Amino acid sequence: MKKFTKFLAFALAVTMSMTALVGCGGGASEPAADADKAAEASDTAEATKVGFIYIGSQNDGGYSQAQHNGTKAVKEYFGDKVETIIAENVAEDKQTVKTTAINMIDQGASIVIGTSFGFMDALEELATEYPDVTFLHFSGNKMNDTNFGNYFGAMEEPRYLTGMIAGMMTKTNKLGYVAAFPYTEVHIGVNAFALGAQSVNPDVEVKVVYTNSWGDPAGEKAAAESLLAQDCDIITQHADSAGPQLAAEAAGKLAIGYNLDNSEIVPGAFLTAPVWHHDKYLVPTIEKIIAGTYVPESYYGTMKDGYIGLAPMTDLVPQDVQDKVNEVAAKMEAGEYPVFVGPISDTKGNVLVAEGETLDRAGIWTVMQTLVKGVSAVE
Amino acid sequence: MIPLKIVKRDDLPRNKAIMIRIVSVVLSIVFAGLVIALLGYNPITIFTSMVKGALGTSIRIQQTTLKAVPLLITSLGILVAFKMKFWNIGGEGQIMMGAFAASAVALNLNLPRPLMLLSMAIAAMVMGGLWAFIPAFFKAKMGTNETIFTLMLNYLAIKFVTYLQYGPWKDPASQGFPKIATFSKEAILPSVGGVHIGWMIALILVVLVYIFLNHTKKGYEISVVGESIETARYAGMNISSVIIISMLLSGGLCGLTGMIQASAVEKTLSSSLSANYGFTAIITTWLAGLNAIATLFVCIAFAILVQGGNYIQISMQVPASVADMIQAIILFFVLGSEFFLQYKVSFHMYAKVKKEAK
Repeated sequence: MKKFTKFLAFALAVTMSMTALVGCGGGASEPAADADKAAEASDTAEATKVGFIYIGSQNDGGYSQAQHNGTKAVKEYFGDKVETIIAENVAEDKQTVKTTAINMIDQGASIVIGTSFGFMDALEELATEYPDVTFLHFSGNKMNDTNFGNYFGAMEEPRYLTGMIAGMMTKTNKLGYVAAFPYTEVHIGVNAFALGAQSVNPDVEVKVVYTNSWGDPAGEKAAAESLLAQDCDIITQHADSAGPQLAAEAAGKLAIGYNLDNSEIVPGAFLTAPVWHHDKYLVPTIEKIIAGTYVPESYYGTMKDGYIGLAPMTDLVPQDVQDKVNEVAAKMEAGEYPVFVGPISDTKGNVLVAEGETLDRAGIWTVMQTLVKGVSAVE
Repeated sequence: MIPLKIVKRDDLPRNKAIMIRIVSVVLSIVFAGLVIALLGYNPITIFTSMVKGALGTSIRIQQTTLKAVPLLITSLGILVAFKMKFWNIGGEGQIMMGAFAASAVALNLNLPRPLMLLSMAIAAMVMGGLWAFIPAFFKAKMGTNETIFTLMLNYLAIKFVTYLQYGPWKDPASQGFPKIATFSKEAILPSVGGVHIGWMIALILVVLVYIFLNHTKKGYEISVVGESIETARYAGMNISSVIIISMLLSGGLCGLTGMIQASAVEKTLSSSLSANYGFTAIITTWLAGLNAIATLFVCIAFAILVQGGNYIQISMQVPASVADMIQAIILFFVLGSEFFLQYKVSFHMYAKVKKEAK
């Protein structure tokens, strides 16, 4: 027992000397405590609490960061009327999503916003279990009549524009596409990109590699590298991280991003990116929910609405290319340039969209499940 | 040279063992507190929020229970194997295969609810048991290393479910997204007190496993084989059969976890369903000192840590990594105390001086 006491004394001594160290750190902990108090105080001030659930981290250099920009815009717009709380790195399994959302509701959140497709079924269950809470789901296709709506955007429009840029700038006529899943949302983007490229360059080929994950920086980079090895000289992506862009830069090739303007992170390769302006949907919708006038809808923002768009093209894009893209972009912004106009055929030559036919939103989500001619995919 | 002397302990008085454990918990909290303070948060606020976040309201208690249930049932499964010193690292795979079998029943048969749930549970236990039987068979007959064997079977099981999810079982209504169809209502466990009845099953199993291991002949044989195979052989026990039976049970319990998670929580099968419970349960089982009753408390404590960690992320908006770190520090100290329970550490110099004084 004596030796044990000695050990204890030693351990305590170590602890105490470290406590002395923390004396300095103690000051830093004060603001946190204050912030906590402030949070409690604002509870009583009846601020509407809005919980945001992200699949990645708020600074992932892509998807979740774009979502977080929307959250910040909400906070800025509403000021003290709204308190935003976030949960990062939430996996797409039901237990994790539900626990996260329930913890938010338990802390007074009356609006919960899930920003990944895989959160859908959990949110659907929650909407039944918590009828007083409003649930919004980004990229989903489920909703109800009372407290569960979804929102998304016509990403095919800016994707088409990026396809035009790639089609005009490629020297090898091979474009690489790092794609998350062989899922309709992803295929709509791939197809729009391919059609945009083909509109300016009939010989262009689009090669797709799936990562089978929404966010996997290492896997996305590896997928981009395999595409670069197959002679693709411009890489684009439907994946969450900046990995593919960094891979393109390292290989001395070019990249078109997704979600965010990464011109400063990848200056040597970044051309542009299709981007989201989530605030355009979130601000008016949250306003309606607070006012009690919200009716669940399935929002589909377009370039005309300003919900989606193209990040400013960098100097790496030649002026004549920029002019041509801007011309089409202007038509899209006016709502006069649909992306999926026949004739469009699939990889085997079967007609998907007949000549003279144009796909509307519902048509896009049913027909564009398969890939169009000129695209080849490795699963 | 480091002036330390490490000697294996022969025997440790009970009160001293308890003392070491308490000190390790206290130290872990002090140390975690230091790190929290260095990161600029108030440790007292963080710790009290964690406890409040896990137990403060009935919703939070429900969330804590949801996390404790799969951990507890898996721990009981692991316990049966560990009692025999059969290092079953394959809980993860056994959970997956159990969930797979339960899902096969849920997705393909059309039965009334009680019959459906019962069939799913039986299928899951049989499948989990069979998955554990493979390494048990090879260990019993050929003396293979069960640690490696069970570990590798985890990846096989997870890849198999991934294959189903991306291939033949992919929901045709999901527009190409790799997920399996949601179960019908008949295949979903009912709830009692806001939590699926898995919590009642878990409590009953704690008692059953305790009785089985401590008060039955088979349970005794498992302990004897664990202590010394030679003794067991001398006593005329059929060692192969003891190994195989205990592993069927161990895998069966893990498989049941898979069924409960698939039925009550995910309401479908997915490759992330096992959520590392198979691995976490190894820690909880070990910390519980291979005692079924203690397992209950350790698993609840662990669930409190996890739910409290989730809670502070949202309530205090601390990064997920802070909560992970607190868990890691506490585990590090508590598991580290096992070392001091097994070994006696003394300062070399001190020992030398003492010798010279003689």
